[in-house]
Order: sequence, then C-alpha cells, then structure tokens
Amino acid sequence: MKIYVPRDAAAKALGADAVAAEITEQAKSRGIDVTLVRNGSRGMVWLEPLVEAETPAGRMAFGPVTVADVAALFDAGFGAHPLALGETDKIDWMARQTRLTFARCGVIDPLSVADYEAHGGLAGLRRALSMTSAEIVKETTDSGLRGRGGAGFPTGIKWKTVADAKADQKYIVCNADEGDSATFADRMIMEGDPLTLIEGMAIAGIGVGATKGYVYIRSEYPDAIEVMQAAIGVAREAAVLGTSVLGSGRAFDMEVRVGAGAYVCGEETSLLNSLEGKRGVVRAKPPLPALEGFLGKPTVVNNVISLATVPVIFEKGAAFYKDFGLGRSRGTIPLQIAGNVKHGGLFECAFGQTLGEIVDGIGGGTASGRPVKAVQVGGPLGAYFPRALFDTPFGYEEFAGKDGLIGHAGLTVFDDSADMLKQARFAMEFCAIESCGKCTPCRIGAVRGVETVDRIARGDADAIPILTDLCNTMKMGSLCALGGFTPYPVMSALTHFPDDFRVAHQEAAE
Amino acid sequence: MAPALSAEAVLNRTDDIVTEQAGLEGPLLPILHAVQAAFGYVPQETLPLIADRLNISRAEVHGVVSFYHDFREAPAGKHVVKLCRAEACQAQGADALADHAKARLGVDFHGTAKDVTLEPVFCLGLCACGPAALVDGRVVGRLDAARLDEILAGFGA
Repeated sequence: MKIYVPRDAAAKALGADAVAAEITEQAKSRGIDVTLVRNGSRGMVWLEPLVEAETPAGRMAFGPVTVADVAALFDAGFGAHPLALGETDKIDWMARQTRLTFARCGVIDPLSVADYEAHGGLAGLRRALSMTSAEIVKETTDSGLRGRGGAGFPTGIKWKTVADAKADQKYIVCNADEGDSATFADRMIMEGDPLTLIEGMAIAGIGVGATKGYVYIRSEYPDAIEVMQAAIGVAREAAVLGTSVLGSGRAFDMEVRVGAGAYVCGEETSLLNSLEGKRGVVRAKPPLPALEGFLGKPTVVNNVISLATVPVIFEKGAAFYKDFGLGRSRGTIPLQIAGNVKHGGLFECAFGQTLGEIVDGIGGGTASGRPVKAVQVGGPLGAYFPRALFDTPFGYEEFAGKDGLIGHAGLTVFDDSADMLKQARFAMEFCAIESCGKCTPCRIGAVRGVETVDRIARGDADAIPILTDLCNTMKMGSLCALGGFTPYPVMSALTHFPDDFRVAHQEAAE
Repeated sequence: MAPALSAEAVLNRTDDIVTEQAGLEGPLLPILHAVQAAFGYVPQETLPLIADRLNISRAEVHGVVSFYHDFREAPAGKHVVKLCRAEACQAQGADALADHAKARLGVDFHGTAKDVTLEPVFCLGLCACGPAALVDGRVVGRLDAARLDEILAGFGA
C-alpha cells in the first residue's frame, strides 16, 4: 500500500512529520506493508496535513489528519472515514484548476527521476536538446511567458539578449528569494517538484549558452534548501546535470546558494551582488544583468516559477501554453491565496479571473467569517484592493491600470478588523528596515514615511498631502522596486480607505 | 552551543572553513554561513582572517556581516524563536501574538531571556497557515498564544 504524506513546509508546520511517523508506526504494528512517499503539497493548505492513499479507484485524500486520526484511518482501511475527501483530483478546488507548472507538484515523489519522467518530465529538455539556440529562444518568446517574479518582463527577450552576448562564460541565476508575504509558489515547487526547476534551468542554459547555474534560496526556507540540494544530487546521477546533459555532450551544472535574510536581495541586481559575496545593494541599470550580470558576465536572472514553467512549454509547445490567458498575460498563473482566508493555498489557473472570483469564489471569503475589507495583491509592495475593485481581472496590465500590481501573484485577505492606517505604516516601516541604503528616496523616505503616518494617526490632517508627495518622490526617484513600489500599499490604503485615516483625526479632535 | 573555544581554535576552524569554500565563485556568504554554523555567531576576530584569505578589506567583510539580518555578532540564546511579522500573518493576528511573546519573555525583538532569543522574520512562506514561526529551525503554523506558551514552557521559559 502506498501512502503519501507531504514534506512541504506548510504541511510540516501543521504536523505532517508526526503524522508520517505515526503511519509508519501503525503499519509496523499491524504488519501492513506500507510504502510512504513524502510528496509535495497539492496546495490545499487548509486541509494539510493531507494524506493520500493509492487505491484501485485512484488516489484518495484524507485531511486535515492529526496523529490521533491515523489509527482510525488504518481501521477503516483508508476507506470510509469522516476525514475522507474522495479522489484527490476530483476535489472541487483541484478540478477547477489548470495545472501546467504545478502539474506534478504533490503527485510525484519529488526526488524520483523515474517518477518525474513517468509524468512528462525531461520531455521538454530532450526536445530542447534537438533544437538550435535560436529555436529555443524563439519557442520561449512565442509562448508569451513573462517573468513570474513580478516585473512581468518577457522571458524570451531576456534570453535572447544573453544568447546574443559574446562571452567566455554565461550564467543562469534562479531568483528563489521569495520574500513577499503571501507568496509561497517558489517554495512549494522547490519542495514538491524540484526537478522541473532543474530541467527549466538546463533548458535555459542550453538555450543561451550558459554552463553554470545558481539557485539563490532565502535562508527562511530551510526545507526548500534541503530538497533542492538533494534534487541536484539526484539530477547529477541521472545525467540531467553534468558535463553531458542527457548524453548530448553539452554541459550544464548548478548549485544552491543560501541568502542571509535580506528582503532586498529578491531584486535581481542586489541578488547578484549577494551571490558575489557583497552587500546586497542594488546596482544601477544599465548595464543590464543580461549583459553584465554575475561576476560581470552575461546572466539570465529568472524567477523560480518562470524557469519551472519552461519544461511544460517545451514539452507541449509554445502554442499550447500561449492559448491560456488574456490580453498580454499568457498562460497560467499560480495564485497564492493567504492571510485571513477560509480556503488558503495555491491555485493555478489561466489569467483573467476577477479578484472577486478569486477571493470569494476560490478562497471562500475570510477564515474569521467576517466581511473582507481589503486584499493586498503582490506582496508588501502591492496595493490594497477594496471590494469595490473586485471586478478587476487578474492580469499584469489590468492590475497596473488600477494602480496596483500582480507581483508574484500572492493575495493577502484581511477582514474588517484591519486598520489600513496601520498597514500603511507597516509598509513604510518594512521599507525602512529592508532598504539597502543605496538611494535616498528609499533609505530616508521610508523613515520619514513612518513619521508622517504617525502624524496622521495623531490627528494631523496636514500630513496627508505630505505623505502623498513623499510617496510620489519615492515612486519616481528610487532605484528599485523596494522604494519605488512601497507607495503602492501606502497610497492604496489612503485612497481606498480614507475613513481609517480620518477616524484617527476625528478621535484626536474630539 | 559548543563549549567556548580558545581564540586559536576559532581561527584554525575558520581557516579550514575558508579553505573548504575558497574554490566557490563568490565564496563570502557560504563562508559566513559556515562560520556561524560552527560557532553560533560570526566572531569579530575571524573577520581579519577571512578578509586576508579572500584578499579583500576588513571593512568589506564587516560591511557584509552587518548588512544581512542573519549574521549574529554575538551568540543567540539556546533556543531561537522567530515570529513572522509579515502581512499574511498580521491578517491572522501575528501582532498580538508577538506582543504576547514579548510580554511573556520580558524582552523586545532581538532580545534574549531565559535562554530564548526572540526574533522577527519577514515571511516563512507559510502564509496560508499563519501566524507562522520558526522554532529552532522547525516550521510551525497556526501558532496561537496557548501553543506558544507550551513551546516556551518546554524550553523552561
């Protein structure tokens, strides 16, 4: 009997390791032969730890399982049980998704190349190895894939710049410094299907002529670091990495590098400095990293999800991928629904669902049962959206048109107990703590921002235009998105929730 | 943490670490992580040696150590509790939980009391099961005051 218990950090945080140990213990004491697979998460975090049993009728899900439930699950032969959810793929949340990037996540053993191949893995890399560099770059461009880290820059165009650059050494750098609150797609794919990231990096390397890759993972992700390191070992044994990728005679190898707790290192030029062993300060652009990146060499810097999506594009073709989506947002996006939400987790679907469909329809509203007040989309640098904007379709341009951004597609739901002035203050405080210090609008502006929000909180309405002006300066004058986008949460809070800024004023006046 | 090492032992161990990592491209962060793993913090006296071996200035090494939140200039307590302060956890009551932890331990963030060091962390990627924490390197989700008290009591704090 094969039983799956996720090794995903969210599942572990909710007790998956203890459940796995109890399953092994119960199997042993009952004399049942159980093969325990530590898979990735299916993304239904409210059901974690989600235990699956392989049966002739398919994979059956049970959750959320506690240690105390395990004996009863064995008694029931992993059949009828109050925690039974039926066939995993038929659970409404799963059935409604279009899983391309996350097709294997939670399904396979993350560290089994055989399992990976049996589910379509390596087909993309094999196809890429039969193509010329120009064809690989064109296929990526044709897919319409845009940087999933948040900036939304067309991946194929970035690759073309690196491919056309002449250099003795080029690099593929994967940005796995997923520091935005409400985002965990990178973590989930690294823990649940790390080989797809490795395959995507290998395709990128073959495509642009880079033989070396780095995955820069934040230190806050100890589980992802462990799985990625193990997966690289497994991939080397299977010759997916090495001096002759899949026997092609072409070399590509990679290693994991661990960050050290600096949010700004998620910005690509800071990340490159950090990778070189320097302070993670932002570099001015130009030169573009594509021309002068890691150690001054041409470097592709892509987000985890961008690279992890490359294999399915090469397996099924650019046209297949491009068919999903709306406008200039092509393909699918792994939404990460978090915060005060009933059904939180990862939901991959084509672009184009409205914010309301995502928060109310998929997320099921708040966990507290109170009304949704605001949804922050795109992490700490993303705008707070009120219910009035719930008709905004999920797409890069669509959110930009509403003075917001989709970022890495994380959504944090807040109920009506949220104080938006406090959230605006936090955005400035976070920027002050995490600023790299290179540019003045960010370094000093964020400190002044906290002080100015505090003035508003004390009832000084004259500080409101000052805050607006400061935000404008930060937006226009900062070198990178940290100082440049901190105004999004601040200004959206001020614009959409003026009462939270006025109430304080009135209270003080009374 | 290991018993206090002699100054010479610290430098010898650091020298070995630099030798192990020196072949990497951009070796300073891996070296500092390894030094901190060995001693629990990055001792000041190791900086001149690291600088010398990498042929960079002491100021550069100091600049890197002080830039990153992870690197400690003094040992932490026996146990480290990192509470997530980011927005998704805030939406689930992380601020109140942090206040509870501070009150119980009688310290602010970055403080140590009863062998427990309390630190803030900005996102553990456990945003759909907040408030989240990292307790001695292990992830904990849906943390509340009662569970936190249990964990701290287990540490004798």
